[in-house]
Amino acid sequence: MPNDARTSHLIEGDTGSWEIVIGLEVHAQVVSKSKLFSGASTEFGGSPNAQVSLVDAAMPGMLPVINRECVEQAVRTGLGLNAQINLVSVFDRKNYFYPDLPQGYQISQFTKPIVGEGEIVLDMGEEGEVSVGIERLHLEQDAGKSLHDQHPDHSYVDLNRSGIALMEIVSKPDLRSAEQAKVYVAKLRTILRYLGTCDGNMEEGSLRADVNVSVRKPGDELGTRCEIKNVNSIRFIGEAVDYEAARQVEILEDGGEIIQETRLFDPDAGETRSMRSKEEAHDYRYFPDPDLLPLELSQDDVERIKAELPELPDARKARFMRELALEHDVAERLVADRDVAEYFEALARGRDANLAANWITGELFGALNKLDLTIDRSPVDANQLGALLDLMDDGAVSGRTAKDVFETMLATGQPAGEIVAAQGLEQVSDTGAIEQVVDEVIAANPDQVEQVKSKPKTLGWFVGQVMQKTGGKANPQTVNDILRRKLEIGDDQDQDS
Amino acid sequence: MSDLTDLTIAEASKALSSKEISSLELTQAHLEAIGSANTALNAFVLTADEQAIEMAKASDARLTKGEGGVLEGIPIGVKDLFCTRGVRTTACSNILDGFTPTYESRVTANLWDAGAVMLGKLSCDEFAMGSSTETSCFGPCINPWRRSGTADKLVPGGSSGGSSTAVAARLCLAATATDTGGSIRQPAALTGTVGLKPTYGRCSRWGIVAFASSLDQAGPITRSVTDAAIMLSAMAGYDRRDTTSVDLPVPDYCAGLDEGIKGLKVGIPAEYRVEGMGAEVDALWQQGIEWAKQAGAEIREVSLPHTKYALPAYYIVAPAEASSNLARYDGVRYGLRVPGSDVIEMYQNTRAAGFGSEVKRRVLIGTYVLSAGYYDAYYLKAQKVRALIKRDFDRAFEDVDVLLTPTTPSPAFALGEKSGDPVEMYLNDILTVTVNMAGLPAVSIPAGLSGEGTPLGLQLIANAFDETTLLRAARALEEAAGPQPAPENWWSTTP
Amino acid sequence: MKVDRATVQHIARLARITVSDDEAARFEGELSGIIEWVEQLEEVDTDGVEPMTRVVEMAMTQRDDEVNDGGIADDIVANAPEKADHFFVVPKVVE
Ligand SMILES: [Mg+2]
Ligand SMILES: [Zn+2]
Repeated sequence: MPNDARTSHLIEGDTGSWEIVIGLEVHAQVVSKSKLFSGASTEFGGSPNAQVSLVDAAMPGMLPVINRECVEQAVRTGLGLNAQINLVSVFDRKNYFYPDLPQGYQISQFTKPIVGEGEIVLDMGEEGEVSVGIERLHLEQDAGKSLHDQHPDHSYVDLNRSGIALMEIVSKPDLRSAEQAKVYVAKLRTILRYLGTCDGNMEEGSLRADVNVSVRKPGDELGTRCEIKNVNSIRFIGEAVDYEAARQVEILEDGGEIIQETRLFDPDAGETRSMRSKEEAHDYRYFPDPDLLPLELSQDDVERIKAELPELPDARKARFMRELALEHDVAERLVADRDVAEYFEALARGRDANLAANWITGELFGALNKLDLTIDRSPVDANQLGALLDLMDDGAVSGRTAKDVFETMLATGQPAGEIVAAQGLEQVSDTGAIEQVVDEVIAANPDQVEQVKSKPKTLGWFVGQVMQKTGGKANPQTVNDILRRKLEIGDDQDQDS
Repeated sequence: MSDLTDLTIAEASKALSSKEISSLELTQAHLEAIGSANTALNAFVLTADEQAIEMAKASDARLTKGEGGVLEGIPIGVKDLFCTRGVRTTACSNILDGFTPTYESRVTANLWDAGAVMLGKLSCDEFAMGSSTETSCFGPCINPWRRSGTADKLVPGGSSGGSSTAVAARLCLAATATDTGGSIRQPAALTGTVGLKPTYGRCSRWGIVAFASSLDQAGPITRSVTDAAIMLSAMAGYDRRDTTSVDLPVPDYCAGLDEGIKGLKVGIPAEYRVEGMGAEVDALWQQGIEWAKQAGAEIREVSLPHTKYALPAYYIVAPAEASSNLARYDGVRYGLRVPGSDVIEMYQNTRAAGFGSEVKRRVLIGTYVLSAGYYDAYYLKAQKVRALIKRDFDRAFEDVDVLLTPTTPSPAFALGEKSGDPVEMYLNDILTVTVNMAGLPAVSIPAGLSGEGTPLGLQLIANAFDETTLLRAARALEEAAGPQPAPENWWSTTP
Repeated sequence: MKVDRATVQHIARLARITVSDDEAARFEGELSGIIEWVEQLEEVDTDGVEPMTRVVEMAMTQRDDEVNDGGIADDIVANAPEKADHFFVVPKVVE
C-alpha cells in the first residue's frame, strides 16, 4: 500500500509527529544537437561565447525558431512518464532581469505546457511501491553562466548554455521522505536515459532539482514550503530534505512560523540557507511570446513517437523476472541503468541468465567501482566477459580460475582464451591423471578414509588435497565423482537443495 | 532630363537601364540634397556616403552588363530601426548608443539584393514609439511642408517621420519604414507621400529592432503607388528565421496595377467618422468616395462596430510587448552602460539614462498591465477585443474588396503641439491602428491639401495578403486625384 | 484604476528603470490617465471570446536539429561595453 510507505516516515518531535511533504521540479537538459530556438551547438565545455548565435545573445531584431527535435524529445519524455500530451501548447515569456538572461525574459511554458499529468512508480523495496504524480512537463530555455571567481569585483558572463532546451518536470507533492525523493530522482533519471531524452549527467548540470519541502502534522493542510534551488546530486537531495525538514520542525515546535522562501543547499556545511538575492518578490509578468505561434502537434506525430519508444525500466524488469527467471532485487539492480541492462542482455544471450547477472552485480560492479568507471567504459565488454563464461561452461576453467582470469582481463584487456592458454590454466578433466592423484591421496591418508565413511561431508577435505596437488587445474566435478566412486560414498543428499 | 531628385523609382529605373543616367550620378545628387537639407530637416541620422558610392558603382557595373534587380541603382533611405551590417543602428535611442550590427536585416538584405543603394539611416521616434518623430534621440525631424504663409515647424508624423520627410523632400527615391499602429501611413499622410503597410507576416521582421512583435510590419514610403509596388516586391518574402512570416509566393505587385477598379466593391465604415475629425478631412473622404465611384467602383456602407476600442486595446498590447522586447537593453552586451554600485543599479541607471520619456512611459504601462493580478483585466481583455476587431473585418470583407477611410483625423501639427498629453498624441493613430490589430494590409495615398496648405491622406484597407487589390485600388485613386503638389523647397542651404 | 506613486515606483523597479521623485509624480498622473482611458474596454462584452493568439492563421515553422550557427564569439562581444577575452563583464553579481 502506497500509504504505508508514506506514513512510515514521520519525524518525532516534542509536540508529536510531523510528516514531510516533498515536491520536486527537475530541470533536465534535452538531448539535441542545437539549441531550442537557435542553430548553435549544445556541446558541453566550449570556449566562452563560442556556442552562441545572435539569437542566443538577444541582439536587436533577433527571433526564435523552434527546434523540432526538442519538441519530439519532450513528447517522448511525456509518453515515457505515461503523461497526457497536449496537442496545442503555448510558449510564454517569463520576464526578469539577470546578466545571464540576455533577452530579459526566459521563453518557457506557463499556462499551456506541452505535457500534462503523468505518473512514476517508485520501487521502495521493503516499503513496496509508491506512486508519484507528475504535474506537468514543459519546455524552456536554459540561461547562460555567470562566473564570479575570475575577478574581485566583476562577474564574467558566458552565454554558451543560453538557449539550450530544458524540460522542467514538476512532481506533485507526493513524496514523504528523503529516501523517496532520492529514489524518485534516480528513477526519473533512469527513465530519461532509457528514452535518450536527457543524458542525466548531474556533474555537468544536465539534471538539476529544485526541492520543495514543507512539514505538517499528519492529516493537516499543507504547510508553508521552502524551495531549495539547483541541488545537483542525488545524495545532496536527501541531505537537503532531511536538514530542511528538521529545520522547519524545530522552528514550528518553538512556536515560530515558516517563511516561504528560496534556499540554497551548501554541501560542505550540509545545510540550507536563505538566498538573499532571490528574496525580492518576483513578478514574472508571464504572457504568450508574440514571436512564436502556438505549438501544434498532430495525433499522428504522437502515435509515431509512441511506436518508436524503447522498452522502459519497469517493463524490462518485469520481462527479466518473467522470461529470465531473475529475482526481483537482481532485476531491479540491472534495469536501473540502461547501459547495465543492455550489457546484461548481451551477456545473457544464449547463456545462463542468473550466472550472467551474478557476474555483473558481483565481479563486474566490484571492478568498475574500484576503477571508478561506468559500465559503458568497462575495460571488459559483454562479448569478452561472455567468452569467459563460455570457458567456464565448457569446463575449460573453474569458477575460481575464472575470477583470476577476469582480473587479468581487466588489467590487460587480453581475451579470456588467450590468458588461459598463455598461463596454462586449463582444467584437467583427464580422468586417468586425476585418478592417479586421487589414489595417492587415499593411500597416504588412511585415517581420513576411515572418517569419511561415517561423515561424508569431510569429502571436501579430499577434494582440497587433490586440487592442491594438481595446482588447482583439476576439474572439481571430476575430482568429486572419482573420489565418491573410490571411497564408495553415495550422492550427498543435500547436494542439490 | 528633369532634376534627378524628382524622379520616381519607375522613371529612374527606365533612365538607368537606357544609360541616360548612372546610379553614381543619381546617388551623388541625393547625397548632395541630403547635405544641403539635413540641418533644416534632420531626416537622416547618418549618411553612408562612401558605402553609397561603392554600391552605386557596383550597380552601374551590373547595369552596363545588362544585369541587375528591380531596384538596380536606386538610392534609398533606411529607417534606423533596420539593422544594417557595419552601419550604426540605434532605433533613435540613446540606449543603443554606438551599436553597430554585425548582421543585416532580412528586408534590407532583400533590397540590396534587388540592387538598391543605401544612402543612410533615417530618423524615427525612439523605438518607433510616437506619432511625430519628436522622441528621436537625434532631435525632432521637420516636415518639409509648412502651413501656407508661415514658417512654423510642423511634425512629419511618426514614427517613420525621417522616412516620410526624406521621401517628400526628395532626399531619396524611397525609404523603408515600419508600422506598428500607423507609423508608415500617418507620416505618409502628413507629408503627401505614399505609405504602404503590408499584411502582418508579408515581410520578415528578422533584424528589425522590435517594438511590438505581434503588430510590427515593415513597408515602404514612396512618392507613387507604382513605386510602393516595386519596393514591396523587393522587400517581401518568406523568411525561415521569422516564425511569423508567411510562406506564400510574392506576387508581382506591378502587374495589373493599372487595370482600374471597375466593379470593385469599396466599403465605407461608418465608425471611422470619429470625434475630433475635421470637416475638411470628412470632405476629403467624400471626395475619395466620389473618385472611386467615378472609376466604376461600387460603394457599400459597412460596419466595424469595435473600431473605437482598437486604440485603447492597442495601448495595452503594444506597451506590454514592448516592455518585454526592450528588456534586452540592459547595458550588458551592447549599447549604453551607466555604471552602478552593483549589477541591479547598473541596469537601473542605464535604462533611466538610455530611454526617453515616451519609451519609459510605455515600458511602465506594459509592465503594469502584465503585472501580477492585472493580466486578465488588461492584456487578456485586450487580446479578446482584438479578436472581435479582426472578426469585424472578416465580416466586412465578405461583402467588399477594400475599405476606404481617411488616414488621419487632421493634417500635420506643429512641433510640441501635442507632446503635453500622451493620450492626445495617441489619438493620431485612431484611424490606422485597427489595421495593425487585425494584421491587415493598408496604404495611405496623398489626396489633396488641407485649408492650411498641408497634405491629407486617404487610407485603403484590404483583406489579408491581398496587397494586389489594395495597390490596384490605390493606383486608381491616385490617378483620380491627379498630380499632387510637392512642398516648396525652403530647406536647402545651397541654392 | 489610479496608478499611485508607490505603484509607479514598484513597476519602475520591476522594469529596472530608476525614476526620480519628480518623474514619479509626472508618471503618476500620466499613467493614471492612460490606464483610466484604456479601461473603456470594460464596456466590451467578451464573454466566450477566445483571445487572439496569432495574427495570421498558420502553423508554426519548425527547424531541423542542425548545428548551423555559433562560432562567432567575436561578433557576439563586438559591441560589449566591457569584455574580457570573449566574456561579457558586469559588476559582481551577488548570489
Ligand atoms: Mg521552476
Ligand atoms: Zn524552469
